[in-house]
Amino acid sequence: MSENKLNLTLKIWKQAGTNAPGSFETHKVTVSPDASFLEMLDELNDGLEREGKDPVAFESDCREGICGTCGLVINGHPHGPVPRVATCQLHMRNFKDGETIYIEPFRAKAFPVLRDLIVDRSAFDKIMYAGGYVSVNTGGVPDANAIPIPRDIAAEAFDAAACIGCGACVAACKNASAMLFMSAKISQLALLPQGQAERHQRVEAMVAKMDELGFGACTNTYACEAECPKGISISNIARMNREFLVSKIVSKLTD
Amino acid sequence: MIKLDSKIPEGNISEKWTNHKFNMKLVNPANKRKYNVIVVGTGLAGASAAASLGELGYNVLAFTYHDSARRAHSIAAQGGINAAKNYQNDGDSVHRLFYDTVKGGDFRAREANVHRLAEVSGNIIDQCVAQGVPFAREYGGLLDNRSFGGAQVSRTFYAKGQTGQQLLLGAYSALNRQVALGTVKMMTRKEMLELVMVDGKARGIITRDLVTGTTEKWVADAVILATGGYSNVFFLSTNAMNCNTTAIWRAHKKGALFGNPCYTQIHPTCLPVHGESQSKLTLMSESLRNDGRIWVSKKKGDMRNANDIPEEERDYYLERKYPSYGNLSPRDISSRSAKEAFDDGRGVKGGEAVYLDFSDAIKRLGKHVIEDRYGNLFEIYETITGEHPYETPMMIYPAPHYTMGGLWVDYNLMSTIPGLFVLGEANFSDHGANRLGASALMQGLADGYFVIPYTIGNYLAENKPDGLKNSNEEFAKVEKDVNNITNRLLSINGKQTVDQIHKKLGRIMWNKVGMARNEKGLKEAIKEISELREEFWKDVKVVGKADELNQNLERAGRVADYLELGELMAVDALHRKESCGGHFREEYQTEEGEAKRDDENFAYVGAWEFEKNGKWNLHKEELKFDYVKLATRSYK
Ligand SMILES: Cc1cc2nc3c(=O)[nH]c(=O)nc-3n(C[C@H](O)[C@H](O)[C@H](O)COP(=O)(O)OP(=O)(O)OC[C@H]3O[C@@H](n4cnc5c(N)ncnc54)[C@H](O)[C@@H]3O)c2cc1C
Ligand code: SF4
Ligand code: FES
Repeated sequence: MSENKLNLTLKIWKQAGTNAPGSFETHKVTVSPDASFLEMLDELNDGLEREGKDPVAFESDCREGICGTCGLVINGHPHGPVPRVATCQLHMRNFKDGETIYIEPFRAKAFPVLRDLIVDRSAFDKIMYAGGYVSVNTGGVPDANAIPIPRDIAAEAFDAAACIGCGACVAACKNASAMLFMSAKISQLALLPQGQAERHQRVEAMVAKMDELGFGACTNTYACEAECPKGISISNIARMNREFLVSKIVSKLTD
Repeated sequence: MIKLDSKIPEGNISEKWTNHKFNMKLVNPANKRKYNVIVVGTGLAGASAAASLGELGYNVLAFTYHDSARRAHSIAAQGGINAAKNYQNDGDSVHRLFYDTVKGGDFRAREANVHRLAEVSGNIIDQCVAQGVPFAREYGGLLDNRSFGGAQVSRTFYAKGQTGQQLLLGAYSALNRQVALGTVKMMTRKEMLELVMVDGKARGIITRDLVTGTTEKWVADAVILATGGYSNVFFLSTNAMNCNTTAIWRAHKKGALFGNPCYTQIHPTCLPVHGESQSKLTLMSESLRNDGRIWVSKKKGDMRNANDIPEEERDYYLERKYPSYGNLSPRDISSRSAKEAFDDGRGVKGGEAVYLDFSDAIKRLGKHVIEDRYGNLFEIYETITGEHPYETPMMIYPAPHYTMGGLWVDYNLMSTIPGLFVLGEANFSDHGANRLGASALMQGLADGYFVIPYTIGNYLAENKPDGLKNSNEEFAKVEKDVNNITNRLLSINGKQTVDQIHKKLGRIMWNKVGMARNEKGLKEAIKEISELREEFWKDVKVVGKADELNQNLERAGRVADYLELGELMAVDALHRKESCGGHFREEYQTEEGEAKRDDENFAYVGAWEFEKNGKWNLHKEELKFDYVKLATRSYK
């Protein structure tokens, strides 16, 4: 653990509400390199509250990179400069003394700002309502081992299921597309035998919902994969596109 | 006068649940949609309950303060979930899981509940797999298991180190399906601040919309709380930042008895505190103790770096004190021993940390083996601390992790308030004085998928919809109380921030109501907490307004409740003159320093009735052990 504190200049986005105008506010902080990025903001807020000033609104919960609540754009990168790390796991030793850091909310038409650095990501839930599940009721299901699944398939499904729903992929994309997020769920269920029965209707319903919610189209820039804290692979998008195509053909044939 | 009735069904333990299911009243399928049920919380317990009740046809309103149901703290659980499937053919059975859980809980849980938990454990795994939860598998395509503390069989199902995430996403998907079907209405970013009772029954809640700040009144025929645990009373814990006690605490003040508040679990392997700005603690998997050796310097206040301390000046204290279990001693023993080393001035550089050293294992097995086993954990450690465990020993320290206590519930999971049900970590039920690893996920899902869908029907069948509206005066009255508290918090305008006071509370709790407790410390704690509470209401500074997104105000309300609960935890710990599970009283230990239970005088659930701030009345539910013989836990 090092003793040398960092002196930093923070330029933080402040916005009173969805329809209010926003602008950057400047703060000077001194922080231990062992602190996390969010602990730096905690300290800043504690100081502001002490002076009776409004703290900076930002969200977090688990602070272990798993709940997907946190998410800031730091110096232009969703979740900051370190790859495969969520904002809450980013530590100050990755910054240099004297640096200026820009902190902004995730920006996308489908994610309106609620206050300062907090955005509304409920559009993600709405995509899930459209079909991100296997239609089984509680009880009356077969024994767990009645459905053997090859280990590599299970592992691939797991990798897709590791998405934390943070929205960094949308924020990273110049089209604000939700393809990486959505394809992760579609892949998980398309890979598994449990997901087969609703395979086609699922992909069609979710894609239609995504379009309706104002997310953009995918133009294969790979920015999403690069910023995803969980390393969700862009190959999921390719799988989803195949699923979508097959589903369209199947529905044509059965028309 | 409240009379505790656990409503344990008659009959042999293995038939109680089956008989009870048959004997309970049913609600006619066509009538179910006429009932409104409120579910507060969408973690494993709440999401599974809301989804299952929606499937049955009830009208469900599901609330969470998160922006999405998927963010609940259950998402962070790592290790796994237990189930008595006996897939490994290693002698597991419902009875063995039942037995291990009662024993692991140090004989302070209700046998009938634990047996039911073991009975439905297998169904949980079936349900999750059917939903598409990607559990770890073997090469043949069948499910893999690992073993966990407190059991001699392999019954833990897991999905890498992200079991909680995958289980919650499964329950979340079932919930989403019901939202799409219209049986569940999802209410996100709304925090329950009060319970509303009409004619002595739970009939609704008051929430605050966390975006607009508006208070809202919601009516129902029954209310379910699945709002998680209260480890954050310690300020620093492994729980998520927003975990809090408000929902159950406000219900407690309305008449729900609080069971065993002092039973808390301190996990031995967490990352130590790095400084004043530390906001929470990170759990490192217990599996590390399989190959790591725990030690501190023999010298007090030794400021040398780990690698400069020669072998003969190191004290491998667990190996020394517990030669047979060594570094794998149970959670409570390991935690307490680390604290003793620190108290003795022998923590790492005098601080609250001990070493967990892999150098011997690396020498013995080779770096690649250790990398294979713990590579991802070492990476997490490096991300957080900037140090490489391959070169310098890891530093760890115990941290509050789980609360076995919670609102008292009967066999039907109903609290002492009719119509108020409590599920998951929020209730006191199945873990007694100590929870075994991988059993909380099991309990949450058992409660939500397989218990409440039956037991709530029995209650609702007897409490028919009566057309109550939220214009009822009781709702207006309680809403006014809520607004009064909010206005009071905003008008104090003192000098200390909410976090400052929360940290002070955390220090008192950690030092005096933490891993080891004694009469003197507990009495001091009770006094100090009540003084701190007064200080809070005189000197706290809460900025901003009521009718806006105001996180400072949210935190203030939660800390106000912790300042009351903390005192009750100390009161309960003081009254329980024995050591059991996570409750260790220094006065009651064997010569070897083991916990000494007093079954003659304390084999009961301590259920506390709120009278007024700082004053509670104790009720006792006697515990009978007809199927598991009372015995001393032994680690020899
Ligand atoms: C780091 C860590 C690792 C763990 N690992 C394991 C493990 O491997 N195996 C295991 O079995 N257990 C484990 N546990 C324990 C286990 O995760 C929890 O006990 C369990 O998930 C609790 O689930 P729950 O549904 O009761 O509550 P939670 O998941 O905490 O959910 C609470 C819900 O209530 C809502 N809520 C709370 N209050 C209010 C309010 N006032 N208004 C509106 N909504 C409210 C929240 O928004 C949330 O949706 C672990 C715990 C931690 C901290
Ligand atoms: S795909 Fe990655 S970036 Fe997108 S929501 Fe999931 S975890 Fe976040
Ligand atoms: S706070 Fe949970 S992922 Fe960052």
